[in-house]
Amino acid sequence: MSSDVKRLSLILLFSPFALWIVLLILLPHIGMVALSLREKVAPRVYEFGFGNYIDFINEPIYWNTLLRTGSMSLLVTALALLIGFPVAYYIAKIAGKRSRGALFLMCLIPLWVSDLIRAFGWILLLRETGVISSFLIWTGMTDHGIEFLYNDVTVIIGLVYTVILFMIVPLVSTLDGMGDDMIEAGYNLGGNSLTVLRRIIIPYAMPGIVAGCIVVFMLTAGSYLTPILLGGKNSSWFTEQIYDQFITRFNWESGAAFGFLLLAFTSFVVWLGLRLSGQSLTNTVART
Amino acid sequence: MARANTSKALLFGYQAYIVAFFVFLAAPLVAAGTFAFNDSLFPSLPWQGFTLDWFFNDTEPKLGMFHDRRLLRGLYYSFVIALMVSTLSVAVGTTNAFLFVRREFPYKNFFYILMIVPLVIPGVILGISILVLASNVANTADDRFGIELEFLRPGLFLVVLGQFSFITTITSLVITARLRKCDLSLEEAAYNLGAGRARVLFTITLPFLRPAMIASGIVAFLVSFENFNTTLFLVGSESPLTITMYDRMAKVGSTPVLNAVSFFLMVGSGLLALISVVVQRPAPSE
Repeated sequence: MSSDVKRLSLILLFSPFALWIVLLILLPHIGMVALSLREKVAPRVYEFGFGNYIDFINEPIYWNTLLRTGSMSLLVTALALLIGFPVAYYIAKIAGKRSRGALFLMCLIPLWVSDLIRAFGWILLLRETGVISSFLIWTGMTDHGIEFLYNDVTVIIGLVYTVILFMIVPLVSTLDGMGDDMIEAGYNLGGNSLTVLRRIIIPYAMPGIVAGCIVVFMLTAGSYLTPILLGGKNSSWFTEQIYDQFITRFNWESGAAFGFLLLAFTSFVVWLGLRLSGQSLTNTVART
Repeated sequence: MARANTSKALLFGYQAYIVAFFVFLAAPLVAAGTFAFNDSLFPSLPWQGFTLDWFFNDTEPKLGMFHDRRLLRGLYYSFVIALMVSTLSVAVGTTNAFLFVRREFPYKNFFYILMIVPLVIPGVILGISILVLASNVANTADDRFGIELEFLRPGLFLVVLGQFSFITTITSLVITARLRKCDLSLEEAAYNLGAGRARVLFTITLPFLRPAMIASGIVAFLVSFENFNTTLFLVGSESPLTITMYDRMAKVGSTPVLNAVSFFLMVGSGLLALISVVVQRPAPSE
């Protein structure tokens, strides 16, 4: 093949990629940052400035919400890892060959139902007239309905539920690649279960753990439906603030600033996680 | 013996934990699905008897989902959007796979990371950034040239673009993984036998990629169908189903017709997910 043809075909293959990344990712984000640096000085008159960010710093409600969203997302990530790891290990290493596929499929099915339906299901179970409350009345443990909705614990349970599959899938695929002989060698060399877990299994599964944590953290911090539906009006989730600025107050400048802050904050956490664990984006998220 | 007993007990506890986990996974879905068949105006206990009214009844107050025009319209728009998004994202995912597996070019690693990035950007931010850019372009065109670019206002087109922007990463990763496994010697054999490039592409490479293309297309379809965060900011008057359902929930409160829709969607996506698993399973001869 002549080099001209080769170059032409490279350009043809590169152009859809370039159009996608430039038009739908890079330019929109540059536009968002540019918009966030615009201050309204009079109706339809704008000038460059950091006013929107200064407003954010001066209003404790805003940055408290961001910190709350970040810390709750970290908690959800940690819980998803703690709950999901044993399940992934069971599917990849302990379950028999036939039941493995079935268990994995069962894990995936809730993934294909929207957030909305999952949250709706939790509402039906947990609200004052819901299934669990009715069951408690029926057993006589309580004589009036109990409202389980609209508190932080419920929001965290709902979020863990929504995202845990994104933790289990990469974990199963990395643990799947680990030979049983490695674990046996660990036991033969005199290690107990805890040592084997700490020195062999977890280091091997690290790319999967990091991939799962990144995706879960980003999904949680960026989630909108679950905190609002399960936490009610006072869930104070940061995406709710963004929506509020954009749609309710029609203050796009401030909404764009909030969007950029959420992106910068979550990217910083992910970058920190990658640095601390010594992994990179290509060998974690891209593997799955 | 003592050791065998403790490990048996441990294994039993472990299995109990796995069972409990799957009960936790299933509980809200079972609740959402089951109340579709309760003969009551509210999706809550006590159980009033079995009915299919929430699917097929054609009169208020128990208007079934197949007679509810707004829900059906939402379903239709969701379907159209998901079809466009999955077609587009599989096409671009395939060219991306060829680009990153078969070609060498400067800064390849950097571009590869750029390809993954959309997957880790929160959906809300993708939505607002695309909304901001599209509105800027539309406003500029209107102010400077007096041209009204209707398609850049919130609506079907922007929803498709917004979902496409991150779903393409998923299809690209799946198809890239498959193309990496493609045996180059097969293609070389075909060239040696005198086949042209197009012939090799259509008789060897694309058939090899087909399972990954179908599976990633189904995944793209489902992810698009259930997307809420990105869509929320880009939606115009043509609301897809998730937005319609959310509106209904916020305005009317929970009604069993939403359970009926949930049940319908669960069965539909369950079937699609099953198909995607079956096409990805290696054929017995492989």
